[in-house]
Amino acid sequence: MLYSEKVMDHFRNPRNVGVIEDADGVGEVGNAKCGDIMKMYLKIKDGIIDDVKFETFGCGSAIASSSMATEMIKGKPVSEALQLSNKAVAEALDGLPAYKMHCSVLAEQAIKSAVQDYYEKKGIPHDSALFADLECCHDHDHGAEE
Amino acid sequence: MIYADNAATTRPSRAALDAMLPLLEEGYGNASSLYTLGQKAREHLENARAQVAKALNAQPNEIYFTSGGSEADTQALFTAARLGEKQGKKHIISTKFEHHAILHALDALEKQGFAVTLLDVHENGLVTAEQVAQAIRPDTCLVTIMTANNEIGTIQPIAAIGAVCKEKGVLFHTDAVQAVGHIPVDVKAWQVDFLSLSGHKFHGPKGVGVLFARRGLVLANIIFGGAQERGRRPGTENVPAICGMAAALTEAVEHMDADRARVTALRDRLIAGIAKIPHSGLNGDAVQRLPGNVNFCFEGIEGESLLLLLDDKGICASSGSACTSGSLDPSHVLLAIGRPHEVAHGSLRLTLDASMTESDIDTIIAAVTEVVGYLRGISPVWRDLQEGKRSYVIQ
Repeated sequence: MLYSEKVMDHFRNPRNVGVIEDADGVGEVGNAKCGDIMKMYLKIKDGIIDDVKFETFGCGSAIASSSMATEMIKGKPVSEALQLSNKAVAEALDGLPAYKMHCSVLAEQAIKSAVQDYYEKKGIPHDSALFADLECCHDHDHGAEE
Repeated sequence: MIYADNAATTRPSRAALDAMLPLLEEGYGNASSLYTLGQKAREHLENARAQVAKALNAQPNEIYFTSGGSEADTQALFTAARLGEKQGKKHIISTKFEHHAILHALDALEKQGFAVTLLDVHENGLVTAEQVAQAIRPDTCLVTIMTANNEIGTIQPIAAIGAVCKEKGVLFHTDAVQAVGHIPVDVKAWQVDFLSLSGHKFHGPKGVGVLFARRGLVLANIIFGGAQERGRRPGTENVPAICGMAAALTEAVEHMDADRARVTALRDRLIAGIAKIPHSGLNGDAVQRLPGNVNFCFEGIEGESLLLLLDDKGICASSGSACTSGSLDPSHVLLAIGRPHEVAHGSLRLTLDASMTESDIDTIIAAVTEVVGYLRGISPVWRDLQEGKRSYVIQ
């Protein structure tokens, strides 16, 4: 099979799918031209991710990666969510095919982008270098291991 | 399970299996051997050649058995290129939406100094004979245009293009892999010099195909070895597969009129049903189209997730999204007919055969409608479209 059981589970039954209308931070990464866009909505209380929802346009592994990433950051401090790596998302899914690793990168970036939006909206001082390499479709290589 | 991916491959027919199994079990002789077992295999091989020739309105000595469509395409192009080169003609005309067997062979020929013109196929997925006539130059050695497109099923005006090529004295090849066994094919009426076909696209086995080369055209070898296929395609003949293919083709031609009418009706029922999904668009001409081909783009969703969810419902289909091909770009065919990338990613191909029923079609319509609706519900692109933050490409 192309995907692990875990990927298929998160693809078929995605966790935390939807929208948070009064989100504290919203991040969108990817590009429709490339066939994948992820949007993350964060509700943050006392520095903790109280709620998270996502919407994804993309392939099975993109939907599964978004779902897994939301589960991994829900209830965690924002600082911890920023540490979430694409490798951790892929590992939690029992692996992704090499040419699908960029889906886990998008999940990591979607979270960072939403946190950046939260910091900016609330005027919270932050190190902008943390968010330097966000997004951009043409930077990732679908054929290479990230 | 509902198998709706007959352009990818087909289920071998009973007739194909009945022709093959005795040759695998008992009639396994090498067709080049002198003893009876070998000569029996030779007889089967030559009968198969006669059957295939009849189905194409060709002569048996114009039929070369190959490993499939890609090999036949490659050998036709390299043969025409070698023949052209001898006359100082190094220009080839083709289209933007050919199969990769053609496009990649053309890439190889370009590296050898050939110039290639790829004709536009317009929004409806059709080229015209006038376009071909205008593109032909004094140094054109070959025109190669597929009979029917493998993704969107559009049928090209091959007889009219053949007439243009004949008049201008240019060799003409057609990749008829998707057409043979589904629509009438006549190499004489079409005035083609080369034609490729593949056994597994009409309920024959995989790994076997045919290159038709008009009498007098000496094929350039791409495989070297013994005297099989008059030395032009060496290698011990795969007699069981060749006979399975010939049996399947004979049966397909016998049932063609009835099957075509039936499958066309199923196709149009499916097109009408899927067209009811908002912001969906049929790809390719609705009339000049293979009987079994349905290909749609849907706004706001991506094709791979669509295929996976249809598979969960027991429906086998395919898509031109980048994710299903492992490359960055979606289908070159959909881009060639002017679909933008974001819409080409959301494509679905369903290809039918005569074994399907109206009830199968209705099941597919319901499943596609449900899955597209679900995926749009979780898609930020669809939300943007609905909220007017992004414009619909398909109204």
